[in-house]
Amino acid sequence: MITISNLSKEYNTPYGKITALKNVNLKISRGDIYGIIGFSGAGKSTLIRCINRLEEPDSGKIEIDNLDITVLDKNKLNESRKKIGMIFQQFNLLDSRTVFDNIAFPLEIDKVPQREIKKRVEEILELVELTDKKDAYPSQLSGGQKQRVGIARALANKPDILLSDEATSALDPLTTFSILELLKDINKKLKITIILITHELDVIRYLCRNTAVIEQGEIIESGKTEELFLNPKSETLRKFIEIISGFERKSPRDIGEVI
Amino acid sequence: MSEDLIEILSKGLAQTIYMVLVTAVISNFLGFLLGITMAITDKGHIWQHLKANKILGTMINIVRSVPEIILIVVLIPVTRIIIGTSLGTTATIVPLTIGVTPYLARVYESALRTVERGKIEAAHAMGANEWQIVFKVIVPEALPAIVRGMTLGMISIIGVTAVAGATGAGGLGDLAIRYGYQRYRTDVLFGTVILIILLVQWVQFLGDFIARSINKKRYKFE
Ligand SMILES: Nc1ncnc2c1ncn2[C@@H]1O[C@H](COP(=O)(O)OP(=O)(O)OP(=O)(O)O)[C@@H](O)[C@H]1O
Ligand SMILES: [Mg+2]
Repeated sequence: MITISNLSKEYNTPYGKITALKNVNLKISRGDIYGIIGFSGAGKSTLIRCINRLEEPDSGKIEIDNLDITVLDKNKLNESRKKIGMIFQQFNLLDSRTVFDNIAFPLEIDKVPQREIKKRVEEILELVELTDKKDAYPSQLSGGQKQRVGIARALANKPDILLSDEATSALDPLTTFSILELLKDINKKLKITIILITHELDVIRYLCRNTAVIEQGEIIESGKTEELFLNPKSETLRKFIEIISGFERKSPRDIGEVI
Repeated sequence: MSEDLIEILSKGLAQTIYMVLVTAVISNFLGFLLGITMAITDKGHIWQHLKANKILGTMINIVRSVPEIILIVVLIPVTRIIIGTSLGTTATIVPLTIGVTPYLARVYESALRTVERGKIEAAHAMGANEWQIVFKVIVPEALPAIVRGMTLGMISIIGVTAVAGATGAGGLGDLAIRYGYQRYRTDVLFGTVILIILLVQWVQFLGDFIARSINKKRYKFE
């Protein structure tokens, strides 16, 4: 269970203060796939990055199984981070390491013995279907393959939580779909809690059991994904749905006229 | 051409190589430490210490702005304390090292800065500590840039070593001045020039070769 309470964060900029998060409250249960959707600049990245403290919140609490992440010292924080995997839009793989060694990285950090590393990496390569690429370097992979390595690396240390910061936003629709399938699959197999942020409605619709909508740093509605879609209350969610359904309603001739 | 040419040149070459190698080992080590400290203490980096960064940066700039030949003179007392004399090949290594280290610090600093923030952030997210991020992420990722920086550094060490010859430090620069300039031995003068050119070419070739083979392994191109 992850409980976020009264989380706030401001950024100081040369032009004054920007409120990135304002009194955010969320409850995410174990094993859930929880989506957070919002337009650009709404505060999605700030929120998810507070969960592993890549960003330091100004006030509020983030409790993971009753352990408050926000008060941990550096060493304890690093220990907790080993149980929170994260994947990124830009993958952030190490060019100096092969696929195998990239996935081994978090295990090396955790000083796992070499023999165990080999066993674990091979296991996980199988899970993400990249066994044949284990000696390749990241630059020799497609975007989708790179994200699979990113996911494998995030899972290597058997984390309880997986954070996804726009993990499919740099990928084409077909590749996006295969990555979403993979995430669904690992959620089921490993019982891992997935928290993802996105500005793609399809990602939410396809993957998330529960969803929160964020607007200007505030959570303006949240709940079961289907219910939110049936009865959207917030401006943001209505706009998202309108854009997509409006696009679907238009006949090819209409689109032709617009062009 | 006189028979003593080979003998003169090979003695000069040996002295040059000795000075270059010892200077290189010490100044690369110190320059690397300084460079990495500069890189990671900068704003928003893994060990932000703006004051330390500023002080270190200013010191580096001050030493860098003094020409090597003046540094040799200024440092005579320091050299006497460390080596016992301020004359000769070994003594010259002190001002050479002090002159080259700040340059190398800047070279390494900029090489280490080429590593994308996202990679460092990913390592943080995995629970890596600062040491692990430096030695498992920053240094390996910057390796091709580090090798290229080291190559630049070696070439500039060869350059200042030749300049130091003007103060009687020995080596090829010394020969060029004593024989070529003061005794009109054009053969020695040309000999030293050719040897220095060959030395620089060889270092550049080796550096390029190593950097390129690292990149060839990692990337499809280059
Ligand atoms: N390091 C920073 N310094 C100053 N302001 C920042 C910083 N990071 C984010 N912000 C501001 O905070 C607000 C929220 O940013 P955030 O990156 O969380 O948005 P987002 O929802 O992830 O947007 P996007 O979909 O474009 O990634 C924005 O107004 C942004 O300009
Ligand atoms: Mg973002």
